[in-house]
Amino acid sequence: MLRYSLKRLLSLLISLAVASVVIFLVIEVAPGDPAAIMLGINAQPDTLASLRAELGLDVPKWERYLNWVGGMVQGDFGTSYTYRTPVADMIAARMQVSLPLALYALTLSTLIAFPAGIYAAARRGRGGDMAVMGATQLGVAVPNFWFAMMLVLLFAINLRWFGAGGFPGWDKGLWAGLHALTLPAIALALPQAAILARVMRSALIDILGEDFMRTARAKGLTRRQALWRHGVRNALIPVLTIIGLQFSFLLAGSIIIEQVFYLPGLGRLVFQAISARDLIVVESVVMLLVFAVITVNFLVDIAYALVDPRLRSRT
Amino acid sequence: MTLLSVENLSLAIHKTPILHGVSLTVDAGEIVAVTGESGSGKSMTALSVIGLLPDRMEAKGAIRLDGQDMLALPERNLCALRGNAVGMVFQEPMTALNPVRTIGDQVAETILVHKAMPPEQARARAREVLDRVGLPEERFPLTRYPHELSGGQRQRVVIAMAIALRPKLLIADEPTTALDVTTQAQILELLKGLVAEFGMGLLMITHDLAVVADLADRIVVMRHGEVVETGATRQVLAHMRHPYTRALFAASAHRVILPPAPPPEPLLRVENVVRDYRLPRTKLFAPPGHFRAVKGVSFTLNRGERLGLVGESGCGKSTLTRAILGLEPIQGGTITLDGDPVLSGNTPRREVRRKMQVVFQDPFGSFNPRHRVDRLITEPFHLLDTPPTGSERTRAIDKALTDVGLSPADAGKFIHEFSGGQRQRIAIARALITRPQLILFDEAVSALDVSVRAQILDLLADLCKAYVLTYLFISHDLSVVRTITDRVLVMKSGEIVEQGETEAVFSSPQHPYTQSLIDAAPVLPDREALLAELPA
Amino acid sequence: MNRNLILGALLSALFLAAALVSFVWTPFDHTVMDIPAKLQRPDGVHWLGTDQYGRDIFSMIMVGARTSIAVALVAVGIGMALGVPLGLTAAALRGSFLDELIMRGNDLVFAFPSLVIAILITAVFGAGAVNAIIAIGIFNIPVFARITRGAALSLWEREFIMAARVAGKSAARISAEHILPNVTNLLIVQGTIQFSLGILAEAGLSYVGLGAQPPTPSWGRMLADAQTLVAIAPHLALIPGLAIILTVLGLNLMGDGLRDHLDPRLRVSRA
Repeated sequence: MLRYSLKRLLSLLISLAVASVVIFLVIEVAPGDPAAIMLGINAQPDTLASLRAELGLDVPKWERYLNWVGGMVQGDFGTSYTYRTPVADMIAARMQVSLPLALYALTLSTLIAFPAGIYAAARRGRGGDMAVMGATQLGVAVPNFWFAMMLVLLFAINLRWFGAGGFPGWDKGLWAGLHALTLPAIALALPQAAILARVMRSALIDILGEDFMRTARAKGLTRRQALWRHGVRNALIPVLTIIGLQFSFLLAGSIIIEQVFYLPGLGRLVFQAISARDLIVVESVVMLLVFAVITVNFLVDIAYALVDPRLRSRT
Repeated sequence: MTLLSVENLSLAIHKTPILHGVSLTVDAGEIVAVTGESGSGKSMTALSVIGLLPDRMEAKGAIRLDGQDMLALPERNLCALRGNAVGMVFQEPMTALNPVRTIGDQVAETILVHKAMPPEQARARAREVLDRVGLPEERFPLTRYPHELSGGQRQRVVIAMAIALRPKLLIADEPTTALDVTTQAQILELLKGLVAEFGMGLLMITHDLAVVADLADRIVVMRHGEVVETGATRQVLAHMRHPYTRALFAASAHRVILPPAPPPEPLLRVENVVRDYRLPRTKLFAPPGHFRAVKGVSFTLNRGERLGLVGESGCGKSTLTRAILGLEPIQGGTITLDGDPVLSGNTPRREVRRKMQVVFQDPFGSFNPRHRVDRLITEPFHLLDTPPTGSERTRAIDKALTDVGLSPADAGKFIHEFSGGQRQRIAIARALITRPQLILFDEAVSALDVSVRAQILDLLADLCKAYVLTYLFISHDLSVVRTITDRVLVMKSGEIVEQGETEAVFSSPQHPYTQSLIDAAPVLPDREALLAELPA
Repeated sequence: MNRNLILGALLSALFLAAALVSFVWTPFDHTVMDIPAKLQRPDGVHWLGTDQYGRDIFSMIMVGARTSIAVALVAVGIGMALGVPLGLTAAALRGSFLDELIMRGNDLVFAFPSLVIAILITAVFGAGAVNAIIAIGIFNIPVFARITRGAALSLWEREFIMAARVAGKSAARISAEHILPNVTNLLIVQGTIQFSLGILAEAGLSYVGLGAQPPTPSWGRMLADAQTLVAIAPHLALIPGLAIILTVLGLNLMGDGLRDHLDPRLRVSRA
């Protein structure tokens, strides 16, 4: 198990290194000198030079890359070209919205999808299954940001149960924060729950056909007992893969959903940075998102080993 | 005392009949074997006794266990009986256990689901039955997972699960078909012992008449969903009233006569061949380990000779076969055909390769389902410098198909239009079409029913008469190798432990491993002796 | 033929037809503003009403279908054209360094969701529909590579492939002659699924301004424009949303239907 984890960890580090090089190189291709953009066209050559030194732009590319990566490891993401404040602080503030939103949505999606998928698999081919499959077929087709707009229309504008947008900040209390994130989280979670429920159902149905399920029935387990005791844990293996993939969709989705609810998250930050050509902010946010995706996949790999003893004993 | 009585059982799915009017009985302490070829309905009979038929299957008749009609019972009561009064063992031990739960949990579950004992006691009982089936605590603690066990060991776990609550009836559906002969002998011995010890009834499903003859008190022969003959095993085998029983027995004992082999002249030389597989690293930075599947094997196959290669699964015979075909690199030694090495470096040489062909085991997986027979069997033409075209090609196809007992009209059909035996004929046609000097038969008759197997063996013998055929026949089935080869190699753990004239090796094996193989293989009884003992 | 396939194909064909017809005919010119006629509800003249500039929504939906379908289709094309050969190569050289490299590369690309790729491209080169195509297309590559490799790997173990190897055929030739035709059904089904995901992704990217730019109409942009007006003119948000849902639903139904129709055992068993 330890060996397996170390191996996955090594592969995590390699992925992160390669991803950072790719991101750095893409940003490097961008035309224009950030210092010149910040100072405008009338800048004095010496001010330009000193700003370039201040931003660390006056050293060779590979050294700039190492400085960037070295800084990130220590929590220093550089200074924003437009706001002249540390990027790390800006990201930290925005993460307080985006990360809880993605996790909230992931939790909701799992809580909805597991029972729905298990229920449908247990009643395979019957009315309940048809209903769940129909609902998920529709859920998969709904764009989350459009669904978000409909939720706003119904629950914020017509029923007035929720505010139409904005975020009060966590200092107003946990409840106020969660309340503000509830509609966005539902909008994010439902389409993902539809996918997850379908995966859960089909994984379970595959497993219902396995020989060991018949063995379990021959011991005297009822269909339901066999499904719960022998089916669900085996079905978790493919389901975990999808949960890992979904986290990246949820992060990306939360960036879009933030636009619907005017939430001050990473999405707002990155779109402002794009229009202001504040490339260092874009670079850092992208790296952070990629870091999150890679890390979650690492955690999924570890979770596999917890579910599946065959992986644990292998290297 | 009658424990189980199946009375006039009929099954149908979507109006397609599966079983008609099947009747049989099992007494306490008795072993009853149901035998027949695929499609005979023997497995369905077993599944209906434990009430695990596929959905939408309609059953008529009665299945009485201790006088209680199982067909009339609601599902809830059936659950209470399964695992408790009736246990079942299945064919595929590799997949019969839940991979993510320990063997202890899975055995104890039988006890816990019936609330027969409190948890600690259930675990103690699980330990006890695992000991009983030959999995002692030192090597097989309750915390083991299925993937850590071999096929035979897993089958013991399945048996332990089935007998944990000492059921009155045990059903075993081809319990040893997926196992090697020596393991099969041990499992059969175990089942026999359990029946004697607990006084259980055992309903055993098997296609193998030799196993039946060895084990069963009574025998039920089935064909196309009907019972054709039933009675005490020795009586049935001695008299065989129904023609189908006779045909089945004859096919199981089928022997062919090969024409004499020409004087020895080496064709294939295998010298000191070594095949290593890299193992996954066990330590992060340590060099990867190796598994030596073939350990310096040498032998010669003469032109016109029919050579057998026998051994149990994992002995390296398939690896060796693939190495001879040039499908796998070798790490040491040489393989030459007709004086030319098969490989140059690690790439097989075309001019050598065109001299050999292969017939595989699986009649369903051996053909691209999207191509027609003519295209399938002419694939080896790819090896020729000037493959025949036009009418010459058509003639070659017609000849190859007629040679294997099919008709030229079959060339335009797709593979799914043929039965398993016909497909194996097509595979032989594909191997013959380039008139190769050597053919490898890799378990080529192992997947076939006995009657079809007998026909294919006849075909091979006929082909040997028509052409000078040189082949290497790889099989785990000793009785087949005994009749279809002149000489035999016995392989164990990557080495050839014995070789010699087939008859000599089988009648007086020298190596202890060969002896154990031959001892373990179930044999059909001698009918003459039976008849003398039990006159009509 | 099954019900899913027919219903799905009809829905998909409806939107494809709308996109094609829009090249030669739309009820109104979708670019012409008519401020006095703004924010009209659906009626006999403007079948689906008008937007805040008085443009005909029905016409915009028709032209928007063009953008959505073009972007998603080209993105699937990119994914297949690069992913399938990669997957076939990896499977043919299974266990080799190149296989490992392709698979690791796939994992890496998977770490960049389409939106992240679009953000990067837009930040560096500026916004446009081409960004959306590239971003979605890149994400499709590992999807097709993985599914092709997985299916091909199990085929390489089959005896008919062994027979072809014994017949001296090269790995490349076996891949083309035996492997590819036997994974085609799987690729068609996955293609429809990626097509529908592409339509969703394109809408999302356009919505946040990373996709098609005005005046090119797209369903995502229409939704972005409708956002501030959702309280007074909900039909502005409802109609493009329904267009997206019906198209995606149609494609998904078609994918499910094709899977059942082409081969009930298509879902390659987990090894």
